[in-house]
Amino acid sequence: MSLELLVTLGVFAPLLGAAIAGFFGRRIGDIPSQAVTTGLLFFSCAVAWTVFSQWTWGDLEPFTVVVSPFINVGDFQSNWSIRIDALSATMLVVVTTVSSLVHLYSWGYMAEDDSKPRFFAYLSLFTFAMLALVTAADFMQLFFGWEGVGLASYLLIGFWFKKSTASAAAIKAFVVNRVGDFGFALGIITVFWMFGTIQFAELFPMIASKAGTGWQFLGYTWSALDLAGVLLFIGAMGKSAQFFLHTWLPDAMEGPTPVSALIHAATMVTAGVYMVCLLSPIYEYAPTASLIIAVTGAVTALFAATVGLMQNDIKRVIAYSTCSQLGYMFFAAGIGAYEASMFHLFTHAFFKALLFLGAGSVIHGMHHEQDMRKMGGLWKLLPVTYAVMMIGTIAITGLGIPGIGGFAGFYSKDSIIESAFAAATSGHSPVGYFAFVVGIFAAGLTSYYSWRLIFMTFHNKPQWTEEAMAAHAHDHGHDDHASHAQIETHSEPLPDDHAHDDHAHDDHAHDDHGHHGPLKPHESPWIMLVPLIALSIGAIAAGFVFAPNFIGHYETEFWRGAIFNGPTNHVLHESHDVPLWVKWSPLIVTLTGAFIAFWFYVLKEGLPKRMAANEGPLWSFLYNKWYFDEIYDVIFVKGAKALGDFFWKVGDVKIIDGLGPNGAAWASLKSAARLAKIQSGYVYHYAFVMLLGVAGLLAFAIYTWGA
Amino acid sequence: MLQGIAFYLLAATAVLSGLLVVTARNPVHSVLWLILAFFSSAGLFVLLGAEFLAMLLVVVYVGAVAVLFLFVVMMLDVDFVRLREGYATYLPLAAIVAGILLAEMIMISIVVVQGGAAADAVGPAVATADASNVETIGRVLYTDYIYFFQAAGIVLLIAMIGAIVLTLRKRTSVRRQDPGAQTNRDRKTSVEIKGVVTGVGVTGEELR
Amino acid sequence: MEVTLQHYLAVAAMLFTIGVFGIFVNRKNVIIILMSVELILLAVNINFVAFSAYLNDVSGQIMAMFVLTVAAAEAAVGLAILVTFFRNRGDIAVDDASVMKG
Repeated sequence: MSLELLVTLGVFAPLLGAAIAGFFGRRIGDIPSQAVTTGLLFFSCAVAWTVFSQWTWGDLEPFTVVVSPFINVGDFQSNWSIRIDALSATMLVVVTTVSSLVHLYSWGYMAEDDSKPRFFAYLSLFTFAMLALVTAADFMQLFFGWEGVGLASYLLIGFWFKKSTASAAAIKAFVVNRVGDFGFALGIITVFWMFGTIQFAELFPMIASKAGTGWQFLGYTWSALDLAGVLLFIGAMGKSAQFFLHTWLPDAMEGPTPVSALIHAATMVTAGVYMVCLLSPIYEYAPTASLIIAVTGAVTALFAATVGLMQNDIKRVIAYSTCSQLGYMFFAAGIGAYEASMFHLFTHAFFKALLFLGAGSVIHGMHHEQDMRKMGGLWKLLPVTYAVMMIGTIAITGLGIPGIGGFAGFYSKDSIIESAFAAATSGHSPVGYFAFVVGIFAAGLTSYYSWRLIFMTFHNKPQWTEEAMAAHAHDHGHDDHASHAQIETHSEPLPDDHAHDDHAHDDHAHDDHGHHGPLKPHESPWIMLVPLIALSIGAIAAGFVFAPNFIGHYETEFWRGAIFNGPTNHVLHESHDVPLWVKWSPLIVTLTGAFIAFWFYVLKEGLPKRMAANEGPLWSFLYNKWYFDEIYDVIFVKGAKALGDFFWKVGDVKIIDGLGPNGAAWASLKSAARLAKIQSGYVYHYAFVMLLGVAGLLAFAIYTWGA
Repeated sequence: MLQGIAFYLLAATAVLSGLLVVTARNPVHSVLWLILAFFSSAGLFVLLGAEFLAMLLVVVYVGAVAVLFLFVVMMLDVDFVRLREGYATYLPLAAIVAGILLAEMIMISIVVVQGGAAADAVGPAVATADASNVETIGRVLYTDYIYFFQAAGIVLLIAMIGAIVLTLRKRTSVRRQDPGAQTNRDRKTSVEIKGVVTGVGVTGEELR
Repeated sequence: MEVTLQHYLAVAAMLFTIGVFGIFVNRKNVIIILMSVELILLAVNINFVAFSAYLNDVSGQIMAMFVLTVAAAEAAVGLAILVTFFRNRGDIAVDDASVMKG
């Protein structure tokens, strides 16, 4: 079997799984649907690893399989194709690995849900869209995948559609994504207009020749490549939840935890990073665009980290962590270290998915309690979960000793920070120092909130009691069976407004997993722990195994032209030669952050709670996500509504209707009423009018006949 | 000369009586003044040589129409005092408009005549030597204007029917025979069998 | 002085004006209105006959005859209506007869 065929099958396998589970799920039942989708996805995973290993350790050359033509309109040529090179091979591995493990995990996590075929169909559909995105050989397929993952994200966030907050969150995600997609589409149009083609193979060689062309708009000459770059980046901002278009990511936690792990940690949100790295030829010749990317990424990294400090929902902390790490990836790309950005994407996929799934395990064990303030002391009760969460946290905080080694995050994050410094000193990027300082600071914050999560969840005195747990599960048990799993997400303290159905008593035992009486948090079943363990292996090893290939010694052989570095871009090389203090600074701030977290949450337990209770302005600012939702609500939501109201009430009703049909009718009625008053009903009035008419006629006659 | 005097006399009478028709207090007086106006006009017609029309005026207008007016005035029981209310309010405006109208009409007539109408008229004369007025009219009426003549007849017929239809009232106290209804009677509507118990009899109320 | 066509026309004009004047001065008496209409028609007749005499054309008199006929018919019907009007209302004041208003 040739590699081309294998790759084609691997990309389309999830689609087949989605179709089977989606259309026939009800007929074939839950277990067969899950089995089909998970099995096909493991097949894709195997294909992906085959390709990746052949690429990394074999001698595979880049190739493109054209599956079928798509659009053929003049210059606008697009095909359905599968492009294999370093970038897509990396992404294939990331996407399929995480997706297959999430599929497996969902067997256990969604066990009580009664729409399992739908869930697995959506997961596979998402995977297919993502694979189409990463193997795209032209902008059209990229855009198709882009939109496809947006759609799947909407479907999955709003999976428990009966819950109004979930539906609202799904819509919010889709709409914010749409704003980004608009910019993305404009970017594609700009590229097509400039180069006359949207296929990457034809496009990339042409870019160097057109660097510096201008474009006249509104009396100002813009650099066309910069414009295209910025517009395309707006799409990435929406998809990857960067500053300004980030508001959807925390609300996306309304979806089930496996969804968060797959989409909002490892794959969909990284599509933006992938796109920027893929289009490195454009960005190398668009310095302003790169600058904007770097600044936005750095600001996002800082912003998300500050907000994550204050959150109490375990999933939201991890969501903001994702947002922050994506910021890292973007500013790495912005300063020219695309390889480091991709490497961080690679490692981040592992440990972030691990953290999310681990959090899901905690939530599952705590019977759908998500508020960290109600957890504590779980390390003895959930040992495996505790272990993998520790591994994930060490990985994300980048603990490691420079020169010797560490977990995955150590290699990738340190590479980014070193590259920032290198770009600053070599003058390659004007915002290098800014990015460097922000990177260091955010690393410290990352460490703080990650360890805060661990301490609040697993250590300290339990904030829960067995009776409270029983009451909590009991409450859930009273709900309608289907909605039990639907009411998983407790955001900030939720008013207890569960309906109490008396007839759900018979569901009681079923929902409590057979527990009666006081409940203890319990470890998750093995089917959920296996993916966790697999991911933790990745979180530990992905760093030191692949660092030489991505950013180290074998970097050029690995990428083989997939990422383009401009003639002045030596950032990655120089990042290995930065001063020693630069190499040690991430470790120092990480340990500092960890220590502060330890001090606040273990040594002086209760201190943060007292500080938060003051609800000072800083706390409010950070807790309310820098008031972004409120600002957007006032400007866009209320603004759009006011505009719509204006156009409706004034424009449509008053002006158009008033001057048009209604106005004409009213005018004719009024004038008719006035005219009707002339009809007095009196004969002598009529006679008088006739007389006047006669007098007038005679006067006219005299005038014309000339008296 | 005589003609002139006759004309002015008759004209003045006509106009004056016309004015008095409108302004008389008593409607019976109004009708009488109207009759005088008709007579004067008939005289004017004679002066113009249209004797047939003059006689027509007297016989039809005075003899029929004016008498009809008199009948109606006398038949209706009206309150004369109330009738005069509001007269003075409208008088000025009406007078002004009427005055303007009169002035215009006279101007027009002067213009028309000076424009060439009756330029070759020597005097009023229709009854020439060859035929009398009646004969002239007769010659034209039954030949050129025959259709109008018939139409006029129909108009009169319609008017007659209309007047009858509007004013006819059925008197409820007069007993009439309706032969049609009489012959169309049938047993069901006219005969009713009532069982009378022997020895008991039946009262008058029960039979009704 | 010679009596010309203008004189007859003037007479007719005056009678016409009086008739019109009578129509809308009399608010309270329908009979006067009908009589004023008769005056108007009379004035028209004078006009026709005067023209017929001075233009040597007999068709003017024919026309006057027809006017006479129609005037008689109209007087008859008008009076019939008046009678019905009076029967329904009890008096002949036109002032209040504004049912056809608006």
